[in-house]
Amino acid sequence: MPEETKSPAPPPSGDPKPPAGQPIPGSVQSTSEKAPAKAAAHAAPAKPAGPAPIPWESPLVAKLHRQYGSGVREANTYLGQNYLVLDSSIAHEVLRILRDEEAFDYCVDLTAVHYPEREKQFDLLWILYSFAHNQRLRVKTMLADGESFPTSVEIWPTTNWLEREVYDMFGIRFDRHPDLKRILLPEDWKGYPLRKDYGIIQQDNEWVKINLGIESGQ
Amino acid sequence: MPDQMTKDPYLSNLELGQPDKTFLDSNELIINMGPQHPATHGVLRVILKLDGEKVLGTECVIGYLHRGVEKIAENRTYTMFNPYVDRMDYVAAVSNGLGYCEAVEKLMNIEAPPRANYIRVILTELNRIASHQLWLGTHALDIGAMTPLFYTFRDREEILKIFEKYCGARLTTHAFRIGGCLYEAYEGFEEDVKRYIDFLPPKIDEYEELLTTNRIWVERTRNIGKISAEDCKALGVTGPVLRASGVKWDIRKALPYANYTEFDFEIPTGTSGDTYDRYLVRMEEMRQSLRIIRQAVERIPEGPIMAKVPKVIKPPVGEVYHSIEAPKGELGYFIVSDGSTQPYRVRVRPPSFVNLQALDVMVRGALVADVIAVIGTLDIVLGEVDR
Repeated sequence: MPEETKSPAPPPSGDPKPPAGQPIPGSVQSTSEKAPAKAAAHAAPAKPAGPAPIPWESPLVAKLHRQYGSGVREANTYLGQNYLVLDSSIAHEVLRILRDEEAFDYCVDLTAVHYPEREKQFDLLWILYSFAHNQRLRVKTMLADGESFPTSVEIWPTTNWLEREVYDMFGIRFDRHPDLKRILLPEDWKGYPLRKDYGIIQQDNEWVKINLGIESGQ
Repeated sequence: MPDQMTKDPYLSNLELGQPDKTFLDSNELIINMGPQHPATHGVLRVILKLDGEKVLGTECVIGYLHRGVEKIAENRTYTMFNPYVDRMDYVAAVSNGLGYCEAVEKLMNIEAPPRANYIRVILTELNRIASHQLWLGTHALDIGAMTPLFYTFRDREEILKIFEKYCGARLTTHAFRIGGCLYEAYEGFEEDVKRYIDFLPPKIDEYEELLTTNRIWVERTRNIGKISAEDCKALGVTGPVLRASGVKWDIRKALPYANYTEFDFEIPTGTSGDTYDRYLVRMEEMRQSLRIIRQAVERIPEGPIMAKVPKVIKPPVGEVYHSIEAPKGELGYFIVSDGSTQPYRVRVRPPSFVNLQALDVMVRGALVADVIAVIGTLDIVLGEVDR
């Protein structure tokens, strides 16, 4: 039974990650096993290592470099997908420029990734699309724990629920969001489940006890 | 205003304190629709702020089916997570699987062999038809037409039988594997599919006969739940809803995946963006899917169905976003790999979740009965909204 823990140390409970490379017994790992002869004959074998990101050169990147200099940390292409890494101080301004001047009029998705060992723990990233140029772009910025970010609701209204979900799952707050509250979990739930220090079977036991009348949801 | 109402955090942005000027200064009424309501297609709670029969605002309360799919993904290997994606949009499980497998393949820089792609396209398009049939049946039932439900479920059954013969499952199929397909097409697969594409067109005409010129249907759907192309783009709405508003955009054409570039098909669009147009767009999409399936089944090549994939799937360090045109809209997977056997982060971009956000815009000023029609026409699956 996992104790409710608030300490950043990951609880011992849960499904510990096995060391990389060690196959997990009982799992369905070997999909290629069934037809080894056929698979071997196929002309496009898997490449041993993925390609490295290559610098992305375009008028847009040149313009951002001119305007913001080192604020644009990276502008690369990986597997044919373009992405920008921006300093969090300029990210919001650049998002607005991307919508207003570069026709990225559709915000596909907004999400975050947690890296607890980093000083700036969170990657906050937008996936944008331009109908006019049929082009996709990822914009990424880094935030420290507890740091908030200006809302993009007035740029793309779709980010309303997406920001609520990021807040719900990671605890990243968005300033001036019209209605920042949890969206998938109950309003009075404690903890942010998609943070890496939140165990897989960890839950808000107190909430479960009060609202469901049972000792544990497990 | 009753106290217990204003204490509910979900009611906060309906501006209960400052009632709009209403007819005869009557007070607004707050009512709950769902979560247990058949017309919400699952467990969706919608709080409606009403002036008589007129909707002044809505607030969706979701999360009743939240299972933490993205958290589960971080604790499973790439292969083990594959069946979980079927449980999101469970009426279009094949599409979910295709999106996930292709995203991981992209991350590993491998490509499924041609025959696998043909099988994938055939099954995915069959699943699109099945999903649209289920949508049509339930949507018509919500509006009061019961017969289409029986017709569509009868014909959808034939698709599910093909799935069952192919992989043993009817709904949560887990049909594809990373790198291709696990199963070779069964004996008689092509004949079954060909029989189905000859069988369905008269049935679609039959559905249309029941509804397209039916006066009650037209009255209940035309000019209901209108949304403009600009609003769609701003709200990130995709799929048939976007196309019915006149935007000719389909990921199968705009950013092709699998082998969709090899097929001839049209993107049906609407003009007014109302519920009736969305109905027409989806009807036409079923016919276009049949067209794709016909070309695919006639040209399906021989060859391997699995690319050379290592036994232990360990994509190199990196991030990738890949999306497909699911029956409901853009279904995307953002995967971060740290080089281990388990994904560091999997983000699912669910079309239903994003499309549901447009509900408020679409029903403001409409009647309560129209809310039912609009929820139906958005074609949401709560398993995908809540994940």
